Amino acid sequence: MQATYIARRFGVFLLIVWLAATLNFFLPRLSGQDPVRTKLLQQAALGGYVQGGIEEMTREYERRFGLDKPLWRQYLTYLDGVARLDFNYSIANYPRRVSDLIADALPWTLGLLGTTTLLSFAIGSLLGALLAWPGAPRWMRWLMPPFWALHAIPFFLLGLILTYLLAFQIPLLPIFGGYSAGAVPTLSWRFASDVLQHAILPALSIILVATGGWALGMRGMMVTTMGEDYVTFAEAKGLKAPTVFMRYCLRNAILPQVTALALALGQILSGAVLVEVIFGYPGIGTLLFQAIRENDHFVIQGVVFTVIVALGLTTFGLDVIYPWLDPRISYRRA
Amino acid sequence: MRATFGYLRRNPSLTLGLALLLALALFVVIGGTIVDVEDARPLSAPTLRAPSWNYPFGTDRQGRDLLAVMVAGTPLTLRIGFIAGFLGVGLGTILAFIAAYYRGFLDTVIRGIADIGLTVPGLLVLIIIAVSLKGTLTVNQMAVVVASLAWLYPTRTIRAQVLSLRERGYVEVARLSGMSGFAIIFFELMPNLLPYLAATLVNAVSAAILASVGLEVLGLGPIDAPTLGMTLYWVNFNAAMINGWWWWWAAPTAIILIVFLGLFFLTVGLDEIANPRLRRSA
Repeated sequence: MQATYIARRFGVFLLIVWLAATLNFFLPRLSGQDPVRTKLLQQAALGGYVQGGIEEMTREYERRFGLDKPLWRQYLTYLDGVARLDFNYSIANYPRRVSDLIADALPWTLGLLGTTTLLSFAIGSLLGALLAWPGAPRWMRWLMPPFWALHAIPFFLLGLILTYLLAFQIPLLPIFGGYSAGAVPTLSWRFASDVLQHAILPALSIILVATGGWALGMRGMMVTTMGEDYVTFAEAKGLKAPTVFMRYCLRNAILPQVTALALALGQILSGAVLVEVIFGYPGIGTLLFQAIRENDHFVIQGVVFTVIVALGLTTFGLDVIYPWLDPRISYRRA
Repeated sequence: MRATFGYLRRNPSLTLGLALLLALALFVVIGGTIVDVEDARPLSAPTLRAPSWNYPFGTDRQGRDLLAVMVAGTPLTLRIGFIAGFLGVGLGTILAFIAAYYRGFLDTVIRGIADIGLTVPGLLVLIIIAVSLKGTLTVNQMAVVVASLAWLYPTRTIRAQVLSLRERGYVEVARLSGMSGFAIIFFELMPNLLPYLAATLVNAVSAAILASVGLEVLGLGPIDAPTLGMTLYWVNFNAAMINGWWWWWAAPTAIILIVFLGLFFLTVGLDEIANPRLRRSA
């Protein structure tokens, strides 16, 4: 059972990867753009004189890049490259390969997004559970309305407001970037604390917004779970309140939250891309933003593909641990 | 009339949402009579003035009167959201009914696509689409681009609703009395789903606005249209934050906040109508 379940989920993951690659390949070609000719014409225009032989040059470059081959051959070559995570050269930073640029940016995004997602999920779920729990302190009720309202705001908009308040008006925190200009990335305390300081504002704008969403979902689930017979039974047995709360209510109410997490990852990531752009944080989002500005198609495609694969892997990971969280699932055909 | 007001008092979320959106509509209508929308173009005002009597929202670096930009841009942004939201929910409803009512192979395919599509980060797929299109987008093209993914979530949620509705007794009775599947969908299922569809629509509009503003901030929007997202793009482009031109980003930020909060409270209110069980726990 376990093996077929995991195999099925892995199949879905492979399907996502293949779809993403195919989309990346065909969409730009559907538009009928001719990248080589466009680039050459642009350069000719920049040079200030009309160059003869554009047609021959276009053909020559197309031969070199393999663009004169039939579409299915190009597609296979492309899939082969993608499978080896080879996305060609960056057009804007020519000698650098797209995969190197992504490898530089990815740890920043993973660090920021991983930390903020885990924190907001944990805080939000606990908060939501406590909000539904009759034994929780009264002042907690007052937390709900602000979290509710925050939850409706896009990450990056809160980022703008926080920057203005905490970096511009009261210069507590750095306003821009992943580390101070001139700082040398080394494994030292100084650099680590510098990086941490730069991460606070972007992280805060994600956590403050996301926590409310998790709290809302968890509160709803807790209300339902607390109405279940087994909870009444646990209370009637005279179990201590914390035991009932943790092992009977929270344990069961958290399950749909994990499913929701798997579904929300894509949205969280879309929002985080914009947060990075607003803060100039040196991750995937900023890389993407620069690539869009410079029309660097290879980088755009490489980033989109990598992110979809990374997210697919995360979802797959969640799928794999889910039967462990909810033992009922492996006996049912998903 | 009195019943309406009575209901609004019992449903404060709905009231708050409607009030926020109504305030925004009033701002656009009244603003349209005060200010010339043409001033939303560059070079129609002195550059970089802080808010004053003449320019209540200030002016930006290219000499746009920001009040005019807001008056012209708010409806544009809302238009993108509404077109994309309507297209998304319309398509989603059709697909959801086909999938949930007829089941079978089509259901597997539609559900599979929606499930997989939802795990993929929408904004990134939209970026690939927007980059692949020739030239810069117009406002309406922008709406269609956003709509290309806006049907995924409605399809999934409406399908689940239809699945539970189709097992109800009255649907069974209609089926036994020889009503066609088409008629059952339109005369038995649809009316019962209307409040739910309304809540889904508001949700979809909000998501579409979020997606369009995201694309615009990244520089993939209609470059010459004064939408809210494009204004934020120029804010970022000119580093207005570091330069202390706070009024430039304050106005679009405030309006986007009102839009999202308004739509959010409206959804919560509509959810309460669609799902009366929520009333107890609130």
